Amino acid sequence: MTNSISDLGESDCYLITGTNTTENHPVIATFIKRAVTQKGAKLILVDPRNIDLARYATVWLRQKPGTDIAWLNGMMNVIITEGLADEKFIAERTENFDALKATVSKYTPEYVEEISGISAADLKAAARLYAGANAAAIVYAMGITQHITGTDNVKSCANLAMLTGNIGRPGTGVNPLRGQNNVQGACDMACLPGNLPAYKKVGEAADRKPFEDAWGVKLPEKAGLTIPKILDGAAHGTVKALYVMGENPMMSDPDITHVEKALKNLDLLVVQDIFLNETAELADVVLPTASWAEKEGTYTNTERRVQLIRKAVEAPGQAKPDWEVITMLANKLGAGWKYDSARDILNEINKVTVSYAGISYDRLEKNSLQWPCPNTEHPGTPILHTAAFTRGKGLFSVCEHIPAAELPDDEYPFLLTTGRILYQYHTATMSRRSKGLVSRTPEAFIELNPSDARNLGVSQGDKLEISSRRGSIEVVAEVNDRCEQGVVFIPFHYSEAAVNRLTNPAIDPVANIPEYKVSAVKIKRVA
Amino acid sequence: MSITIDGKELEFTPGQTVYEVAKANGIYIPVLCHHEQLKPVGACRVCVVEVEKARSLVASCAMPAENGMIVYTNTERVLQARKLAVELLMTQGHHNCITCENSGDCVLQDLAYSLGIEAPRFSEPKEIKALEQANEMIVRDMNKCVLCGLCVRACNEIQVNQVLDYTGRGPTAAVGPAFGNLYENSDCVFCGECVRICPVGALFEKQGRFQGRADDLDKVRTTCAYCGVGCQMDVNVKNGKIVKITTPREDAPAPNFGSLCIKGRFGYDFEGHADRLTTPLIRKDGELKEASWDEAILYVAEKLNAIKKNSGPDAVAGFSSARCTNEENYLFQKFLRAVIGTNNVDHCARL
Ligand code: SF4
Ligand code: SF4
Ligand code: SF4
Ligand code: FES
Repeated sequence: MTNSISDLGESDCYLITGTNTTENHPVIATFIKRAVTQKGAKLILVDPRNIDLARYATVWLRQKPGTDIAWLNGMMNVIITEGLADEKFIAERTENFDALKATVSKYTPEYVEEISGISAADLKAAARLYAGANAAAIVYAMGITQHITGTDNVKSCANLAMLTGNIGRPGTGVNPLRGQNNVQGACDMACLPGNLPAYKKVGEAADRKPFEDAWGVKLPEKAGLTIPKILDGAAHGTVKALYVMGENPMMSDPDITHVEKALKNLDLLVVQDIFLNETAELADVVLPTASWAEKEGTYTNTERRVQLIRKAVEAPGQAKPDWEVITMLANKLGAGWKYDSARDILNEINKVTVSYAGISYDRLEKNSLQWPCPNTEHPGTPILHTAAFTRGKGLFSVCEHIPAAELPDDEYPFLLTTGRILYQYHTATMSRRSKGLVSRTPEAFIELNPSDARNLGVSQGDKLEISSRRGSIEVVAEVNDRCEQGVVFIPFHYSEAAVNRLTNPAIDPVANIPEYKVSAVKIKRVA
Repeated sequence: MSITIDGKELEFTPGQTVYEVAKANGIYIPVLCHHEQLKPVGACRVCVVEVEKARSLVASCAMPAENGMIVYTNTERVLQARKLAVELLMTQGHHNCITCENSGDCVLQDLAYSLGIEAPRFSEPKEIKALEQANEMIVRDMNKCVLCGLCVRACNEIQVNQVLDYTGRGPTAAVGPAFGNLYENSDCVFCGECVRICPVGALFEKQGRFQGRADDLDKVRTTCAYCGVGCQMDVNVKNGKIVKITTPREDAPAPNFGSLCIKGRFGYDFEGHADRLTTPLIRKDGELKEASWDEAILYVAEKLNAIKKNSGPDAVAGFSSARCTNEENYLFQKFLRAVIGTNNVDHCARL
């Protein structure tokens, strides 16, 4: 997030898209709901599903999944045409505006209506609300990123914020909500194939140098492979060993049938986890680890806030914290590492990672801190880009609408979109082992519109077989008005009905993110 | 602008209540139906104070401070009124502290004790209500409800879940989901804000019941294991076991200020689950068999070495975890880059 969670309470207008916030970031949703119900803030919701936030929305635009660039460009078209852009901000803080203007000029509300199904009048109303606010915040999540155009979707959100000067001030910003507790930290720490910690580039000699000095080795220059490419490599035999720490690709990755083939083709699969998850079942070696309550360390939340976790209880049996396991293995391979605690490791991170330099364990014992925090006197940074962007001027990117990779047709007439629900979490290895959470949502389901249900002769609770070009699963019918006719939703938490057997592995060419939000399926009643 | 409380002249900013000015200056006034995150309603009269020139005692939680006001928090008149208020609250239901989950962590118990109430002057109602235990998360014991309304206001004003409301009047007055529904059959999403804020033992965590009370619990401050909000919470531990998850009732820190969702508050029990892995496993003859750490680490190291030697470092790859710590993620990529020599490291950020 460019801004902070508390800061979200200061907005007088929200543009919320691709996040079912009340279910997936429930506590962040409370800030938004309070501002709307108690302070009169406006809420523009753009979501294909009738999610809980629709109840609070000033306007709700129901786009066809996979048409985000179109409506975002459309909003910009209206803002420019009606003279609502922030000329001063554009002149002082951005570049490439003319190219943006030229591109969005063809996305008239009428043209956007054809592509996205959003009425021209609603689009105009939304554009005026957003541009007219003093402080407007864009909030998004995987509904924006999990498309073949994910990168351009994100850039389009940034375009819209810059066009109206809604960046760098309290209550504004472009605020992606990160799904998992430490996805932000895993990125910061460079568990990414092209990065070194703090977003340095493996391909730049100058970026590698400090790490080579600190670690005392020569580092590889060639960017590594992303998850989809690693799995392809495994399938083709070029990747021979895979080490999986706290991950479950047999549930979380698209086209699981392909994933399974790839994993079985490896010479060595090591899985380090707290449970024998679906991936561990295929492993050659399984290493037991401590859970979050059984070890020390830090997580970085979605607003870049670094916070401690503390050991409350002992790990079961011989399970050890992940850092201890990696250290043992590195030392067996002759690395000579000397870490005795999470604190030792954070000390090293402080030394090699500029944005974390001032975030010491001692300070965290007292207070959390938001990076960038370059020294131990620095108070941390609640809002990014207040005076300038990381690259100096903000660059308007030119993005064009591209249809989703696989759209419904005669054989697979329904558009499937996937996601999470309040009562479960990711691949559910944890949440499906919690009595309370299981009691709320015991089995996999599909959300189906009442008209579609009627046409298919399906009633509430019927068992249905859902198939795509890649596989099929069985789920229970949940007939409600959350999805529009022709669109269905299945959460991805259930291994016995893993929706990623159906999803399309088509990926965004830049970020390599799979298009989980759009694939084509057919539906059949089972007995 | 200043007011005088118990002889001390104190500055205040317009809009502050007498209670807030007192609290900010370390002067103790007890409150029960008031909470710092909610609008005051002035219902219980536990917080009464004497204001010079005012005819009756005033509820300090709802009284805006005014320039020149002279306030006393501790006069005999105040103590008598406070006692009466507490006695009335105590006899609205049945407060059997012996087996109450909140004993030791109860605003009413503290008040009764500190005011020296041996036995309330009034008698308790005859009726004993059945506990609501239909769901796995929250137990409701309406015998202990003092009708402070905090749960209703927290559900509506803090979480904005709009589930709880006041029902009935006089002797049938109650709080709960509309139409007297059970939590289970209402729109309740089990965030547990009502449990956090209830000042007595009327709402409590089901799985923690009879597992340990305030005095035997160690609270360990930590960060939620689930989503990217990073809520701060306290793991309550007794005899090496997690009993429940709580958040501070007051002065709770960012980013969540005491709020959680069902996953954070009630989804912790995977930790002690029987399915936890407790020993390394190595596949032998097609089956995963128990092994020692030494065997397992040696096995992995030898295999990795061989693959690296025969096929080069880029034949090795690693998936890291968005659920592990920064320290672990840092070491994981350092391991692949500096020890193995490949940049083939990624994690599930996109999934
Ligand atoms: S658990 Fe949350 S939603 Fe349910 S009644 Fe309590 S405050 Fe309201
Ligand atoms: S249940 Fe608790 S919080 Fe709600 S009114 Fe009764 S005593 Fe107050
Ligand atoms: S309590 Fe809920 S909202 Fe808070 S971090 Fe945990 S999962 Fe996220
Ligand atoms: S706390 Fe002030 S009236 Fe209840």
